[in-house]
Amino acid sequence: MCGIIGFMSRKKRLISGDKIAIALDSLKERGNGQGSGYVGYGIYPKYKDSYAIHVFLDNEPHYNEIKENVKKTLEKYGYVLKDEEIPTKEGVLEKEHIPWRFFYDFDEKYRDVEEDTMVKIVMEINDKIDGAFVFSSGKNLGVFKASGWPKEVAEFYKLDEYKGYMWLSHARYPTNTRGWWGGAHPFNLLNWSVVHNGEITSYGTNKRYVESFGYKCRLLTDTEVVSYIFDLLIRKHKLPVEYALSAIAPRFWKEIDNMPEEERKIHEAIRMTYGSATLNGPFAIIVGTHEGMMFMNGDIEKENAMVGLTDRIKLRPLVAAEKDDLTFVSSEEAAIRKICPELDRVWMPDAGIPVIARVEK
Amino acid sequence: MEKERVNNMEVIVDAKDLEYRELNEKIHEILNKNPNIKKIILKNVLGQRFIGNGIQKKDLIIEIHGIPGGDLGMFMNGPTIIVYGNTDHAPGNTMDDGKIVIHGSGGDVTGHSMRGGRIFVRDNVGYRSGIHMKEYNDKFPVLVVGGTAKDFLGEYMAGGIVIILNIDNKGNDLGKIKGKMIGTGIHGGSIYIRGNVDKSQLGVAADIKEFTEEDKKRITPYIEEFCKEFGLSDELKNKLINSKYTKIAPISKRPFEKLYTPDLR
Repeated sequence: MCGIIGFMSRKKRLISGDKIAIALDSLKERGNGQGSGYVGYGIYPKYKDSYAIHVFLDNEPHYNEIKENVKKTLEKYGYVLKDEEIPTKEGVLEKEHIPWRFFYDFDEKYRDVEEDTMVKIVMEINDKIDGAFVFSSGKNLGVFKASGWPKEVAEFYKLDEYKGYMWLSHARYPTNTRGWWGGAHPFNLLNWSVVHNGEITSYGTNKRYVESFGYKCRLLTDTEVVSYIFDLLIRKHKLPVEYALSAIAPRFWKEIDNMPEEERKIHEAIRMTYGSATLNGPFAIIVGTHEGMMFMNGDIEKENAMVGLTDRIKLRPLVAAEKDDLTFVSSEEAAIRKICPELDRVWMPDAGIPVIARVEK
Repeated sequence: MEKERVNNMEVIVDAKDLEYRELNEKIHEILNKNPNIKKIILKNVLGQRFIGNGIQKKDLIIEIHGIPGGDLGMFMNGPTIIVYGNTDHAPGNTMDDGKIVIHGSGGDVTGHSMRGGRIFVRDNVGYRSGIHMKEYNDKFPVLVVGGTAKDFLGEYMAGGIVIILNIDNKGNDLGKIKGKMIGTGIHGGSIYIRGNVDKSQLGVAADIKEFTEEDKKRITPYIEEFCKEFGLSDELKNKLINSKYTKIAPISKRPFEKLYTPDLR
């Protein structure tokens, strides 16, 4: 189960967060109230060139101490411009964690390696600081998630007060691991955000693979590893996005055998090199990105994109739609029509074949 | 619009913002109060699941305007459901008898485990449509799709007929179908696809059989009914009836008999 929906404006029109909350609410039957979450891109224009770091602090008397530890870790590499509790509405949810945010710039000497350093910081905090989890670490974007129904979580975080040009969201039905705030989707690292319906049965293999590159899986949910695989393959290894996606949901050998020589060699090489990055099991995922996305031929496009992808044999649903400058991806068409009744085009993407929506230049 | 309007034969229900439980309870309440009712019209349907589930009434028509949620007409025995829009997953799930007409596309697993009745889809169907359809004595399910079907069509099919007409909404040919793994694990029934299908597109246990005059006679009434439901021209109807179809049927009745019990015989 699980319900996912995301939309973006290819013209970067800013849209209020209450739209995505209404759409996700209509998918609530696909979840069980144990986790809902949203990510908005373009929501922090005032700090758009700084990192917006969202952290869960355990809600206990010494939370301030935990927060200071996080701050100390951040200050080893740069400057906190501002930090504050993420505004929430009282009385909507049981506040298991205190969501805190830091707007942050790196020191000059880390500028060339700031993304790598940010990954290091996130891993360090999640691994070493008891009672703190970073759940969002990109620029001009923010994840808002908790245990609760879609409507409650949106109300708790006052989502209608944010405006973004892209929103992804998820209503969770926890299966293999318990529902908790950190286990809700989206999972984010830098500018990658992932929402996922299904289960990653290859989690063990994938986890060991990314951990050999220094990533640490600490959020107790299989989807976490997907955001690290995207970061590793596309940002670090600079694979063109189509090939990275082919590593994640590879073509069948039978299909590869029938490809033209050059293409066949590429896909063979991908399967052999990135066997451990292959996601097995049923899945439908949407991946949001922000900048530094690689497309064909490895050209760097400093633009934004949203990716929708299902497993190769389509064990989870995914519908896509378009209306003017808007592109939608969802588990169910009805959720899209809830916020956009008239659509120009509705289609069911082929299994294992990505849909990529790019912001217009 | 009024939430509900009743005369002797017909009821209109505005489903806007109704939870699926509320809507389905309302439908059952209407049926209980008006045993002679002939038609229920549902307006502004959006994502409500399980519409028409388990209803046993031969002469009832349920008209749906909008996008119903999953498992439309599940376990239904008798009624006709007409949808003006697309449907989500598994319309006709384990349907026993009756008819579902979709003026749009069906989601994944359209006709899942159908055991009787007919489903007509004007446009396309998703993955695994016709999965596990079965037949028994006079129970004989039929799924007719105007457009095309995604992979795993007729997976584990055990009976009945699936017909893929392969035309777009204007009646133009869509070209060779792309679907893969057709009829994986099929052990009964037959799939008729208009046009050619390569053997490489079949799943394990499926085979291409000769399309005979007898097959043509068998599918003609269902093609005629499809054309009538969607108001297609006689010209188009004749084209569809007189086209070449690829018949896909099981290699044997028990394709996996040696897979799990190799030593038992």
